[in-house]
Amino acid sequence: MNMELSRRSFMLGAGAGLAGTSLGALGFGEIEAAHALSIRPFKLAQTKEVRSQCPYCAVCCGMLIFSAESKEEKGKMEVTHIEGDVDHPVNRGTLCPKGAGAIDYIKSKVRVKYPMYRKPGGTSFERVSWDFAMERIAKLLKEDRDANWVEKNRDGVTVNRWLTTAFLAGSSVANEGGWATFKVSRGLGLLQIENQARI
Amino acid sequence: MTNSWTDIKNADLVWIMGGNAAEAHPCGFKWVTEAKAERGAKLMVVDPRFNRSAAMADHYAPIRSGSDIAFLSGVINYLLTNDKIHKEYVRHYTNAAFIVKDEFEFNEGLFSGYDESKRSYDRSTWEYKFGPDGFAVRDMTLQDPRCIFQLMKKHFAQYTPELVERVCGTPKDKFLKVAEWVSTTANGERAMTIMYALGWTQHSHGAQNIRSAAMIQLLCGNIGIPGGGVNALRGHSNVQGITDVGTLTAAIPGYLALPTEQEPTLESHLSKRAFKPLTPNQTSYWQNYRKFYVSFLKTQFGANATKDNEFGYNYLPKLDGIYDCIKMFDLMHQGKTNGLLCQGFNPLMAIPNSNKTREALSKLKFLVSMDPIETDTVRFWENHGEFNNVDPAKIKTEVFMLPVTSWAEEEGSVTNSSRCIQWRWKAADPYFESKTDIEILSDLFVRMRKMYEKDGGKGKEALLAVDWSYKNPLEPSIEELLTELNGKALSDVKDAEGKVIRAAGQRLASFGEMRDDGSTDGCMWIYTGVYGPAGNFAMRRDNSDPSGLGVYGNWGFSWPANRRIQYNRASADPDGKPWSEAKKYMYWNGERWTGPDVPDYVPTIPPDRAVGPFIMNAEGVSRLWVRGLMADGPFPVHMEPFESPVGNLVFPKLKGNPVARVFKNDMEALGNSKDFPIVATTYRLTEHFHFWTKNVHANAVMQPEFFVEMSEQLAKEKGIKNGQRVRVWSKRGEAKGKAVVTKRMTPFKVDGKTVHQVGLPLNFGFIGETKKASPINGLTSAIGDSNSQTPEFKAFLVNVEPIAGPVA
Amino acid sequence: MFTPVANPTTKPVPAKFGEQDLIRRSASKVTPPAKRQTEVAKLIDVSKCIGCKACQVACLEWNNLTEDVGVNVGVYDNPHDLTENTWTLMRYTEYENAESGNLEWLIRKDGCMHCEDPGCLKACPAPGAIVQYSNGIVDFVHDKCIGCGYCVKGCPFNIPRISKADSKAYKCTLCVDRVAVGQGPACQKACPTQAIVFGTKDEMKQWADHRIKDLKSRGFKNAGLYDPPGVGGTHVMYVLQHADKPQIYASLPNNPTISPIVEIWKGVTKYAGLAAIGAFAAIGFIHHAVAGANRVSEEDEKNAERLTEGRQP
Repeated sequence: MNMELSRRSFMLGAGAGLAGTSLGALGFGEIEAAHALSIRPFKLAQTKEVRSQCPYCAVCCGMLIFSAESKEEKGKMEVTHIEGDVDHPVNRGTLCPKGAGAIDYIKSKVRVKYPMYRKPGGTSFERVSWDFAMERIAKLLKEDRDANWVEKNRDGVTVNRWLTTAFLAGSSVANEGGWATFKVSRGLGLLQIENQARI
Repeated sequence: MTNSWTDIKNADLVWIMGGNAAEAHPCGFKWVTEAKAERGAKLMVVDPRFNRSAAMADHYAPIRSGSDIAFLSGVINYLLTNDKIHKEYVRHYTNAAFIVKDEFEFNEGLFSGYDESKRSYDRSTWEYKFGPDGFAVRDMTLQDPRCIFQLMKKHFAQYTPELVERVCGTPKDKFLKVAEWVSTTANGERAMTIMYALGWTQHSHGAQNIRSAAMIQLLCGNIGIPGGGVNALRGHSNVQGITDVGTLTAAIPGYLALPTEQEPTLESHLSKRAFKPLTPNQTSYWQNYRKFYVSFLKTQFGANATKDNEFGYNYLPKLDGIYDCIKMFDLMHQGKTNGLLCQGFNPLMAIPNSNKTREALSKLKFLVSMDPIETDTVRFWENHGEFNNVDPAKIKTEVFMLPVTSWAEEEGSVTNSSRCIQWRWKAADPYFESKTDIEILSDLFVRMRKMYEKDGGKGKEALLAVDWSYKNPLEPSIEELLTELNGKALSDVKDAEGKVIRAAGQRLASFGEMRDDGSTDGCMWIYTGVYGPAGNFAMRRDNSDPSGLGVYGNWGFSWPANRRIQYNRASADPDGKPWSEAKKYMYWNGERWTGPDVPDYVPTIPPDRAVGPFIMNAEGVSRLWVRGLMADGPFPVHMEPFESPVGNLVFPKLKGNPVARVFKNDMEALGNSKDFPIVATTYRLTEHFHFWTKNVHANAVMQPEFFVEMSEQLAKEKGIKNGQRVRVWSKRGEAKGKAVVTKRMTPFKVDGKTVHQVGLPLNFGFIGETKKASPINGLTSAIGDSNSQTPEFKAFLVNVEPIAGPVA
Repeated sequence: MFTPVANPTTKPVPAKFGEQDLIRRSASKVTPPAKRQTEVAKLIDVSKCIGCKACQVACLEWNNLTEDVGVNVGVYDNPHDLTENTWTLMRYTEYENAESGNLEWLIRKDGCMHCEDPGCLKACPAPGAIVQYSNGIVDFVHDKCIGCGYCVKGCPFNIPRISKADSKAYKCTLCVDRVAVGQGPACQKACPTQAIVFGTKDEMKQWADHRIKDLKSRGFKNAGLYDPPGVGGTHVMYVLQHADKPQIYASLPNNPTISPIVEIWKGVTKYAGLAAIGAFAAIGFIHHAVAGANRVSEEDEKNAERLTEGRQP
């Protein structure tokens, strides 16, 4: 709305309002009241509720995540609100400033939407398909693994290791994803595997 | 954490040191405020800064960063010299009575066996004296001059309150109040909990800080009882779980070890680890190592793990050293690493010496980032002016930025700081094209295996040996993966009498059902039971607490065995009676161990069998003196940080941790106290979570800009006004931000000299909604703890000056 | 622990109160409801507040507010003041307690006090723009707000702020939409240490007694409840360690009262009748009379002036 216009409409409102005061003083207040319900409808009504936990620190507070059909992506459910889970014995419904704002993480301006690729020497990322990204990464990994695989050490002991690629595992990945990470990375023969526990 | 978040409400005294629970774990800190409000507990905080935990404290004592061992040793000395210890606990539940080998010595800060050229100890003299029966020799009267109790008295005698004041800058009266309050819990009637975090670990002697704390708790008898414990408050939501599953260089799930190249066979690996009891009747749980290991191998290699091939042992990669993340970036910097897969990790911000990290990343052939959000790391090649000054054209690294679902868009189990495994349900659909980590890694793994099958390649056999027989190999289900974590019977599992206790195909109910003959799998013994025959216990949501002690035994599943307080056998005296009615927890009722928790061992073993509470130790008791288990000594010793404003006032010859790992160039990158007279410490703010929430709008609003906290005295000395822009720099790098001049920072008097300290919050970078800033790890050093390799982020030297810019 | 309110339901729930429960309505007369609802209150225990700003974030999220990312000016207070989007704000004070020799970091959550005798409502010339429910909640009705800024002047706590975007007045609603379905305010629910609790006013006073007893046992002999009688008591109350010195908590008024001018103005509208004086003249009168009586930012002042200018007949 045009701001000037809207401001002018307050002025009108001001005049009417004062008249309203007189009306109110004369006992006609109820007429206005009838269509002035000011309380915003409860915004969680008709949303879907799911029990989750805070993704940040290791208190792992219980969270209620509310979702509804996405405005951005038709046919998908998106998060509309997050608050603490009162039933959780540790946080009892409370959340800290990180947890209380966790929806802003989901909707962060720097949330990654698509696989992106930066060429050697490039100055920007370009959008690529999942298939391109995975095929290229698999190829790079295989090249490096084949070139640097150590099957036996100098003493002839089977060591089956690959030292020229490293894996940093994220400490916010769930246990099942963490186990898959272990299985894959050790399966490839990696020794350079770390998470945030040390730092 | 030995205890749980909700157990903190049972504490009579809460000691926060080396952490800042109110800011870093606000909802866990709730249980401190509960203990205070409902129990009348006292809170004391020892920290270089008067932080938001200190704001809640009944007593605050300042301490110069990096001098914690001297402080804690002072407390130990106070307890010993004033005879304020829980004697029966110390006698029966610690190794105080054990006699140490005659050859063990301690002189001028160094233990026997030091080799300066190797910067390491030969630890062979750090051992008990053993009797002809093969068991350790003990003197239960604690009088033998070579018993650990007597050695302790001697070792800590010099840490007087006066020395503490000289070294730590803590006024003597404030130190003594801490020591006195601690001593009020050394009786089995009152409990103290210690809460710490990275303020203790991020030192070149971090592990010894924590040892010192553990020793205090053992002297007071505060381990294994409600309201007690040494509680490590962990950072990331699943750093506990992700460490449990073995994603550290030398690990296998459940704290088993990856083989080294000195262990060519499974037998050679196992024989070193199945520790036999050192005293009669002990459990020494690691005797079961073999069962756990074979079950793990069966999960990793499935049908390819057979008795004949040592269950696939040789398919595992073998270590020729350790590759922790600091070493990792050193190798990368040397150009020895070609690829980095980076999953939910922002090393450009997190690893010390960011300039080195940036150079290291530039030498990679490829970098793959898997993260829901953009990180500073994934854009390390992009020029962001002074904050990331690079020439993209010169950086030849191929970079992939893969979109990953957020926690709300996937399901799975997560293990909190108190070892409780809980479920998060999926709340929304994946954002745009994002995929789960499981989908991405499965795709990659399946693709690579197909390439090897088709084209061949090195290490093909080991790669194809991995069991990947999921229903949908591109998307293993959460249930399949959780089943692997839990373990199942591959053929009927029988007890000693031949009775089938678990039929083939059933999931295991406890790790006691694991076998070493290949008849069970299960990659992580400590999680066995979470998804047993009765269903998924991570999903349990019964929040009843019949004892009223905050146990919540039917909420989620606490490893191991759903135990909520570890070593809870120690909550009762040697006869099995509670130490006091006030601290009644687990006790012997004449027939079995009972109480609100799961006992440490078989509940029908009577107290007269004298099985110790500390079942993971071959001694059966806890260790006040740790034999050869730590690289830098069986007792803590005051060591200064590698960058310090003063010399070592206790052991002048000792400069830094004598066995800390030092890479080439590390020493040259250290600053001296003449050019860099100010102590600095890094920390995170309550408004932010590491480097994530600078990308989160609401949190960027709450703390929008990097700042430097300093005392009014330092500001005056440097001509700095509150809110003015300042530059802070170390020998390694610099950062610019606003000055926050505060009464909450005060100069220290250390050995008669005034020492200033500044505080540097670490949450800011060049990507996100907060004001752009240089990574604070541009200032920090990569030298770290000799046991954990954790870098010394909490104590280093800087200088600070005002710079042009608006005074806000 | 104060028993928390159960989790919300996603099923539609009829509001527990509404227009029929109004006891005051700005520039209007209301028929008082036959039965007053139980009075509610939020209790803010400053001694338990860890200054984490969870309340600030929860307020933004619940109310769909977006605040600008600011700068650091040498303090932890961010934003630096209440705004049309920041309805609650932690204010940090470093207090050197001369008696104990200790430093105390006093952290007060600032925001609307929901006065029993609301100065904002009394000063408001726009009918129905400010309402008070019988449970004590004072709420702004934005489609009736004229943006004159008198609520700012009428408020003894300097709380309402005029939006730069739509020139309407904004402040904490005590999460009236949550309270209406039996939930507590968003800030209260989030508060990690229960420094904020919510319930009936009687319950809150009792809880405060419990807290004050604890504080006295720790040597805070002047610990007490802040429920200032000058405004008829408030529906947001504080437990203070030093209740004898409210002003040390980032200038919390020692004895807040409604400006007498506002009281006169109410008299004029109600009893003299507006027909007797020109309506706009009346606005001019109150503006002139109240200006400067309260702490009002220059910007608010300008907004108010701009709005009144050109309106004089």
